[in-house]
Amino acid sequence: MDETTDTETRASKRPPMAFYFVQFLTGLASAASLFLVASGLSIIFGVTRIVNFAHGAFYMLGAYVAFTLTERFSGALGFWGGIVVAALVVAVVGVIVEMVLLRRIYHAPELFQLLATFGLTLMVEDLVVLIWGPDDLLGRRAPGFKGAVDFFGQNIPTYDLFLIAISPIVLGGLWLLFQRTRWGVLVRAATQDRDMVAALGVNQKWLFTSVFALGVFLAALGGALQIPRDAVHHALDLRIIVDVFVVVVIGGLGSIIGAFVAAVLVSELNAFGILIFPKISIILVFLVMAVVLIVRPWGLFGKPEAAARRTPGLTVNPWRPLTTNERWLAMAGLAVAAMLPLFAGNYALTVGSEIAIFVIFAASLHFLMSVGGLASFGHAAYFGLGAYGVAFLAKMAGLPMIVSLLVGPLLGLVGAAIFGFFAVQLSGVYFAMLTLAFAQIVWSIAFQWVTVTGGDNGILGVWPEKWAAGPASFYWLSLGVAAIAVAILRVIVFSPFGFALRATRDSLLRSEAIGIDGKRVQWTAFVIAGTVAGFAGSLFAYLKGSVFPDSLGISLSVDALVMVLLGGVETVSGAVVGAIVFKALNIWLVSQTDLSKLVLGGFVVLIVVAFPKGIVGVLETIRNRRKSSSSESSSKSSLATSRIETAE
Amino acid sequence: MSMVPTLLSVENLSKSYGGVHAVRSVSFALRAGEILALIGPNGAGKSTCFDMLNGQNTPDSGRINLLGEDTVGKKPRQVWRLGVGRTFQITATFPTMTVRENVQVALVSYGRQLFNLWGSTASYAREEAGRLLDLVGMGAYAGRPCGELAYGDLKRLELAIALANQPKLLLMDEPTAGMAPRERIELMRLTAQIAREKSIGVLFTEHDMDVVFEHADRILVLNRGSLIAEGTPEQVRGNPQVRAIYLGEGLVYDSRHREGAGA
Amino acid sequence: MRRSYLLGAGLAIAVTGMANAAMAQSGEIKIGEINSYSLLPAFTEPYRKGWQLAVEEVNAAGGINGKKLVVVSKDDGGKPADATTAANELVSSENVAMLTGTFLSNIGLAVSDFANQKKVFFLAAEPLTDAITWSKGNRYTFRLRPSNYMQAAMLVEEAAKLPAKRWATIAPNYEYGQSAVAVFKKLMSEKRPDIVWVDEQWPPQGKIDAGPVVQAVAAANPEAILNVTFGADLVKLVREGNTRGLFKNRSVVSFLTGEPEYLDPLKDETPEGWIVTGYPWYDIKTPDHDKFLKAYQAKFNDYPRLGSIVGYQTIKAAAAILAKANSTDPEKLIAATEGLSMPSPFGEITFRKIDHQSTLGAYVGKTALKDGKGVMVNSVYRKGTDYLPSDAEVEKLRPKD
Repeated sequence: MDETTDTETRASKRPPMAFYFVQFLTGLASAASLFLVASGLSIIFGVTRIVNFAHGAFYMLGAYVAFTLTERFSGALGFWGGIVVAALVVAVVGVIVEMVLLRRIYHAPELFQLLATFGLTLMVEDLVVLIWGPDDLLGRRAPGFKGAVDFFGQNIPTYDLFLIAISPIVLGGLWLLFQRTRWGVLVRAATQDRDMVAALGVNQKWLFTSVFALGVFLAALGGALQIPRDAVHHALDLRIIVDVFVVVVIGGLGSIIGAFVAAVLVSELNAFGILIFPKISIILVFLVMAVVLIVRPWGLFGKPEAAARRTPGLTVNPWRPLTTNERWLAMAGLAVAAMLPLFAGNYALTVGSEIAIFVIFAASLHFLMSVGGLASFGHAAYFGLGAYGVAFLAKMAGLPMIVSLLVGPLLGLVGAAIFGFFAVQLSGVYFAMLTLAFAQIVWSIAFQWVTVTGGDNGILGVWPEKWAAGPASFYWLSLGVAAIAVAILRVIVFSPFGFALRATRDSLLRSEAIGIDGKRVQWTAFVIAGTVAGFAGSLFAYLKGSVFPDSLGISLSVDALVMVLLGGVETVSGAVVGAIVFKALNIWLVSQTDLSKLVLGGFVVLIVVAFPKGIVGVLETIRNRRKSSSSESSSKSSLATSRIETAE
Repeated sequence: MSMVPTLLSVENLSKSYGGVHAVRSVSFALRAGEILALIGPNGAGKSTCFDMLNGQNTPDSGRINLLGEDTVGKKPRQVWRLGVGRTFQITATFPTMTVRENVQVALVSYGRQLFNLWGSTASYAREEAGRLLDLVGMGAYAGRPCGELAYGDLKRLELAIALANQPKLLLMDEPTAGMAPRERIELMRLTAQIAREKSIGVLFTEHDMDVVFEHADRILVLNRGSLIAEGTPEQVRGNPQVRAIYLGEGLVYDSRHREGAGA
Repeated sequence: MRRSYLLGAGLAIAVTGMANAAMAQSGEIKIGEINSYSLLPAFTEPYRKGWQLAVEEVNAAGGINGKKLVVVSKDDGGKPADATTAANELVSSENVAMLTGTFLSNIGLAVSDFANQKKVFFLAAEPLTDAITWSKGNRYTFRLRPSNYMQAAMLVEEAAKLPAKRWATIAPNYEYGQSAVAVFKKLMSEKRPDIVWVDEQWPPQGKIDAGPVVQAVAAANPEAILNVTFGADLVKLVREGNTRGLFKNRSVVSFLTGEPEYLDPLKDETPEGWIVTGYPWYDIKTPDHDKFLKAYQAKFNDYPRLGSIVGYQTIKAAAAILAKANSTDPEKLIAATEGLSMPSPFGEITFRKIDHQSTLGAYVGKTALKDGKGVMVNSVYRKGTDYLPSDAEVEKLRPKD
C-alpha cells in the first residue's frame, strides 16, 4: 500500500533456528499479560454478565499504584510486595465500585452496566493524570530479572521467562480455585446458570462481589507486572481493553483456558506475522477474531449460550405509535428547533447540526439495538463508510453535493450488507464483538490504504456547496434529514417488518415457529441501520469538511452505544434524547475544561444510578406508574411478570 | 375413519445423543381431526420426538411425512408454512407486545408481509386477530400487554397464535403444564372443540393423565425412546406394560414434574 | 412517547447555551488556540506553560500596539472532528483574530483545511507532516516547527557519515512514521547509494509489542537502525532493545528522541550514542535562550521541554504578526507573516513566503547518560534554512494558491 519495495528481502539471510524458538518465547511472554487481564474479564463476564469496560482502567490503576509502591519501597521485597499489594489495593477499589455502583444496576437492561463502567473509565483516565501527573513514568526493573540469558546467540530477557512462567501458574491456580473449592464450584455453576445458583439460596451478592474482586485483582496484577517493561501512562487502559475483549471472545466467554489459548494464539501470530507482514499488528487480533467467530460462533472453547433469558426488568409496556396530540407536539418541537437560526449564532448552529447528525446516528444504532436486540459495538463503520463514500464522490468523482449526499451512504449500505450477513449469524456479545472486528478491519483499511483514503491524514476539502454552506442552511439540512430519518425509523418500528424484528428479538423460538426467518429479518434491519448511519456520516463529512479514519473508530462506536443507553434502550426514541444530551454535554465540556472526561464520566455514572432505565425510560416509567395507579391494576400482574422473566 | 386423510406419518424415527438412544425407531400416523397423545415418563423421548416433528431437531434416521411432504431437514418455519401450529412446554410469546399484537405478528407472517416496511401493523388483520382471540376466550384481553398475563392466559394466547396460519396440524408440548387443574380441563376442552370444528389433527404430550384420558382419541406410550404401546385410552389403560412402567408413580402425574431435555 | 418534540426543544436549549457570541472588547486581541490537552498531557502541558509565559511577556511589554493579548485555549481530545468544532467556536463565538496550535498531524491538517475554507489565519505550532506546507498547503496556514522533511534531512547529514551499509527501520504505523521513513530513505539513498534496507517494522502507534519487534530487527542483522517511535512505544522499545542487546555495536538514528519529553522518561535506561534531534536546554548557552530559560524556570519552577519552546514561540510569533499587520484582517496577517523575521530562543527565524514554513531549526546530537539521566551531548543547532529543498522543488510540491 506504500512504497516499500526497495527493502531487501529477509530471505537472503535466513535467521538461525534458535531465532524462531526465541521469537516463540517472546510471543509467550507477550501472551502472559494479555492472559492475566483477559482471564479476569472472562471470569467477571461469565458470572455477572457485565461487559466490564473499566477492566482496562483497573489494569492501568494496577500499573500506577505498583509504580508508586515500588518507587517507595526498594529491594526485592519492596518490588514484589509492591506488585502484589498494588493488585490488592486495586481489587479493593474494584469491590467498592461493585458494591456502590454495579450492585444497583444488575437488574437494569443488558449492557447498561457497560455504560456505568464506560463512565468510570473516562473518570479514571483523567484522575490518574491529576494524581500522577501527565508524564510517562518509568518503573523499576524487577530485581533479579534485569538481564537476559543467552540462547545460541539469541538473548531472552529473564523477565520474559518469569512472565512465561506466571501464566501457567495463574492458570493452574484458577483451575484449582474453581475445581477444588466450594466457592469455585459456585462460580462455575453461576457461569452456566445464574438463576439456578440464585435458586439454590446462595448469597448472590457476595458471590458477585468476590468474583468482581478476583477479576479486578487479575487485571491489576497484569498491569503491575508490566512496569518493568512498559512506561506507565494514562492511555494504558485503551491500549489493552479492546485487545483483551478480543482475546476473551476468541477463547470463548467465561472460559479461562480459552482465554489462555487465545492469548497465546494472538501473541504468537503477531510475533511471527510481523516477520512476513511488518504492518500486520494493527489489525491482526481483529482478523483472527473475525475468522474464529465466523467458523466457531462461540469462540474456541466457548459453549453455545443457553437461550437467552429475558432480562429482568424488561419493559412490559408495549410500544405504541404517537397519538395525534403527540404528533403535533413533535411537529411543534421540530418547528421550534427549526427556528434556532433566528436567534442563535454560527457556532451554535454548527453545534446544532452536529447534534442533529448524531441524533441520526444514535437513532440508527437504536433501531438495531433496541428494536432488533442486536447491540453493535462497531456501528461507526457504517457512519464512516458513509462519510468516505461522500468524500470519494465529491473529491474524486467531483459529483455535486446533493448527488454525493444521496449516493455516498450507499457505501454504508454495502458495508452493512456484507458484514451484517455474517454478524447476524451470531447473537449477544459475540455479535457485538464480530461487528467490532469488522469495524476495526474497515478502520485499518482506511488507515493503511494511504493512496486512496489518505491514511490518518484523511481526505480534506469536502465542503458543502454554496446552497448549504451557511451555518443556518446546513443546520436546516441536518435537522431535516434527522427529522426524516427518525420519522422513517419510527414508521418501520410499527410496520409489519418492525414487529417481525421485535418478534425475533423477543423470542427466537416463537418467531421461528410462526414462520419468521429471523436471520433474514435481522440482516435487513442491519442494512437499514447501516444505511441510516451512512446518511449521518455523509452529513458529518460535509459538516467537518474532511474525513478521517476516526469516523470509523471504536470511540465513535462507543459514543453511539452510550447515547442509546443514556436515552433508554427500551424506548422507541430514547436515542434521540440520549444523543442530544450526550453530544451537547460533550461538546460543551470539551470546550470548557480539559477535564471533560472526568466530568462527563461522572455524569454518566450519575445517570446510571439515578436513571437505571435511561433518561426517557425513567420518564416513561414515572408516567406509566401514574397511569396505572389511576386505572385499576390487576393483582396478579406482578406474579405474572415474575413468571415471564423465566418463561423463555 | 379410513376416508379421513393421513396428516402425519412417522416411520422408524430415531435419534441418539452420544450413544444414548433418545428416540428409537418410532412409527405412527395421525389423521385429520384426530387427537393423539404422546405420553411416557420423564426422559422417555417425548420432547425429542416433538422437536424432530417441528424441525427443531434433525433425526438420525427415519422419515416424517407431513401433508405429503418429507419434512426431515426442514426448518421449523418451513414446517410452519406447511400448516403446522406449535405451542411450547414453557410458553413462548412476545412479552413486549400486546396480546393482539402477538397474534397479529403471526398473521403478518402468514400473509407474507414480514418485509413490509411501510404498513401499519396496528391495523393489519385486526379483525382476524380479534376472532382468534375470541376463539380462545382472550378477546377481552386484546389490548393488554402480554407481559401482564397470567400463565394460563399465556397458554391460551399461544393457542391463538398457533391457529393463525389456519393449521391442519397442532403440535402441543404439554399444553397444560403449569396450569391450575380447572384451567387444564378448560384449555383441552377448547382445543378439542377447535380441532373437531376445523378438522385439525392434534398431537400433544402431557403429564396429566386426567387430561390425556379425557381428551385423546388415541394414545402413544413412549418409554426409553421406544414406542411400547398404542391405542385408544381403554386399550392403553389395560396394557400391562404401561401399567408396569407407571406403577408406583400413579397414573396421574404431578404436573409440576417437567420433562427435561428428553434424553 | 413525546420524544420527537424533545428533540427540538432539547436541541434549542443545548445550543442557545453556547450562543453567547462573545464580542471582542476593543481593548484586546484574541487568539484562538487548540491542542490535544486531554489526550497528550505529557507534551501539551509544557507547551501550555510556554505560551502562557509568552502571553505574559507580550502584555508586560505593552501588548499588541497597546491592545491586550488574550489566548482562548481549547482541547481537541485528539480528534480532528473535535478540533474543527473548537476552531469553529473560536472563530464564530470568540471572534479570534487567528487560530494557532495543534500537535497531531491529522488535526493540524483538519484545522488548516478549515482555515482555508473559512478564510481564517492559522499558525500551526507542532504538527510535523510535510503535507501541511507542501502537498496540502494553503495560503492561510503557516507552520512553526521544523517539518518531518527538515528533521530527516538533519539526521541524514549525520547518518550518511556512518560506515553502516545495512539499515533497518522501526516506525509507528501511521502517516508520521511512514513519511519520516520515506523521506529518510530517499535522502539517505541519494547520499549513500551503497546502503541496503534489510528490515522494516511498523508497530501500531501506542501499541508496540516490543519483544517480537526487537527480535525481528535483530534477526535481519542490520548495522544501523532508524527509529521513529516515541513516547511510551520508545520506552518499551528501548527496554527490550537494551535487554536483548539490539543496540550493541549498532548505530541508531532516532527522530525526536533528544527532546526532554521523550528522553527524560528513559531515566537511567537511556541508550548511549544514538544520533537524535532534540532540545538540550541544559547545554544551550545563547543570550536568547538564557533569557527564556530564566523566565520559564522563574515562573513555573520547572525546566522547559521542547513543547515549551514551541508554545512560547508560537504566541511570540502570533504577537509579532499581529503587531506588524496592525489589523486582524486575514489577508493583512498573511502579508505580514510572509517573510517575517523575529528572534526566538533558538536564534532568528523567518516565515518563508514560498511555503509558509518557519526556519526554526533543531538541535542534533548524541544521547548520553549523565547522573542516571539521559542527556544530549555534542549538540549542534541546525538552522531550518539549510535543510529545506530548493525553491524550484518546493514550488512543485505545493499547489498554487
